[in-house]
Amino acid sequence: MSLAEQPLVACHDCDLLQREPLLPQGGVVRCRRCGATLLRSHPRSSERALAFTLGALFLFILANVFPIVGLKLSGDYIQTNLLGAAQAMYDNDMRLVAGLVLITTFAAPLAQMLAMTYLLLPACLGRRPPQARRVFRGMTLVQPWGMLEVFVLGILVSLVKLAHLAAVVPGVALWSFGGVMLLMAAATASFDARDLWARLEAAR
Amino acid sequence: MKDPASTARWHLATCHGCGLLSRAGTGHAARCPRCGTPLHARKPESIARTWALIVAAAILYVPANLLPIMETSSLFGAQNDTIMSGVVYLWVSGSWHLALVVFIASIVVPMAKLIALVILVLSVQLRARWQPVQRTRLYRLVELVGRWSMLDVYVVTLLVALVQLEALATIRPGPGALAFGAVVVLTMFAAMSFDPRLIWDSMEKNDA
Repeated sequence: MSLAEQPLVACHDCDLLQREPLLPQGGVVRCRRCGATLLRSHPRSSERALAFTLGALFLFILANVFPIVGLKLSGDYIQTNLLGAAQAMYDNDMRLVAGLVLITTFAAPLAQMLAMTYLLLPACLGRRPPQARRVFRGMTLVQPWGMLEVFVLGILVSLVKLAHLAAVVPGVALWSFGGVMLLMAAATASFDARDLWARLEAAR
Repeated sequence: MKDPASTARWHLATCHGCGLLSRAGTGHAARCPRCGTPLHARKPESIARTWALIVAAAILYVPANLLPIMETSSLFGAQNDTIMSGVVYLWVSGSWHLALVVFIASIVVPMAKLIALVILVLSVQLRARWQPVQRTRLYRLVELVGRWSMLDVYVVTLLVALVQLEALATIRPGPGALAFGAVVVLTMFAAMSFDPRLIWDSMEKNDA
C-alpha cells in the first residue's frame, strides 16, 4: 500500500489529521502531536473482550446475591449487599444519593456488560444484532458512570472503620466485586471499537 | 502532509463513539454514518457549559466539606463526622495509609480537578500557546481521577446499612453526603463538556 492510499485518522484529543500507519499485531499507534492513543491492536480483541465480559457478568450476579460484609456484635448479626445498602440510604431520606450509588455501582456497570455481550457475541459469530447502533451509543454514554473500582476501595475503607466497632465478616460478594473490577478492566482494555464495527459491517 | 492540519480545516469530523472519520454535514443534525452518534466538529458551547458546571461544583464544594457526611449516635453520645474528621479518625486509629487514600480521593482530587479545569478553560479563552501537550495530558488526567471522589459516599452508604444496632449505635447519612455526590457528578459533567481540541485550535489559528 502506498502512503497516499493509506486512510486518514484524526486524533480525538487534539484533532490532528494524520495518515494511518500499518498496525502490527499487538501494536499501539499514538498521536504524533499530543501522544493520545489513536489505535491499538490486540490479536482477537473482540473474542477476548467477550470472554472477559461474560466472566465479569457471572461474578456480578454473585456479587449482588451474596452479602458484602457481615457484622457480629453481642449476639446480633447484620449483613448487607449492594442493593440493601442503597435501600438503607433511600430509607434515610437520601434518595438522590441512593440513586447515584445505584447508578454508579449497579445500573451503569450492568448496562455496559449487557451491551458488550449483546454486540460482541453476534459479532464474533459473524452476525449483526438488531439496533446495534443504538446499543453501541448507549454503551458509550453509560461507560463513564460505572465506578466499580472506587466502590471496591470504599468497601475496604468501610471494613477498617467497622473493625473497631465489631467483628467484621467479609462476604462472598467482596471477593466477587474485586473479580468483576479486574475482569471489566481487562474487557475494556481489550475492547476495540474499530474491530467491532469492522465485523458488524462485514456481517451486514 | 506538511502542516499540522485539523479535521475542521478539511470539513471532516471524527465520531466520538466509533472513531470513524467522515465528511462533516452542515447544521446540528449530522450523525455518524456508521454508529449514529451525533457529530460535532467541536463540542457545542464547550466553554460556557464548562464554566457553569465549574462554578456550581465550586459552590457545592464548601458544604460538601463543612457539613457532616455521617451522624453517629451510640451509647456514648452523638457524633457528627465531616470528611476531614473521618480522615483524622482513620489517621489516629492507626490506618494512616487509608487516611491518606480518603484524604486524596475526597479533598485533594475534587479541589485539584476544579483548579485544573479553570486553568484549561482560561488558557483556551486567552488563546494561550504554552505547553499544549502538557495541557492535553492534564485534561486526560482530570477525566481519569474524577470518579475516585465517590469513595466516601460509598463508605457512608455501607456504614449506614450495617450499623443499625438500634440500642447500641446507629449511623445516619448527613447532608454533606448529598453535596459531595453533587460535586462528583458536576465535575464529571464539567470534564465531559470541555473539548480538549480547543487547546489545539488556538495553536493552529496563530499558525495560519
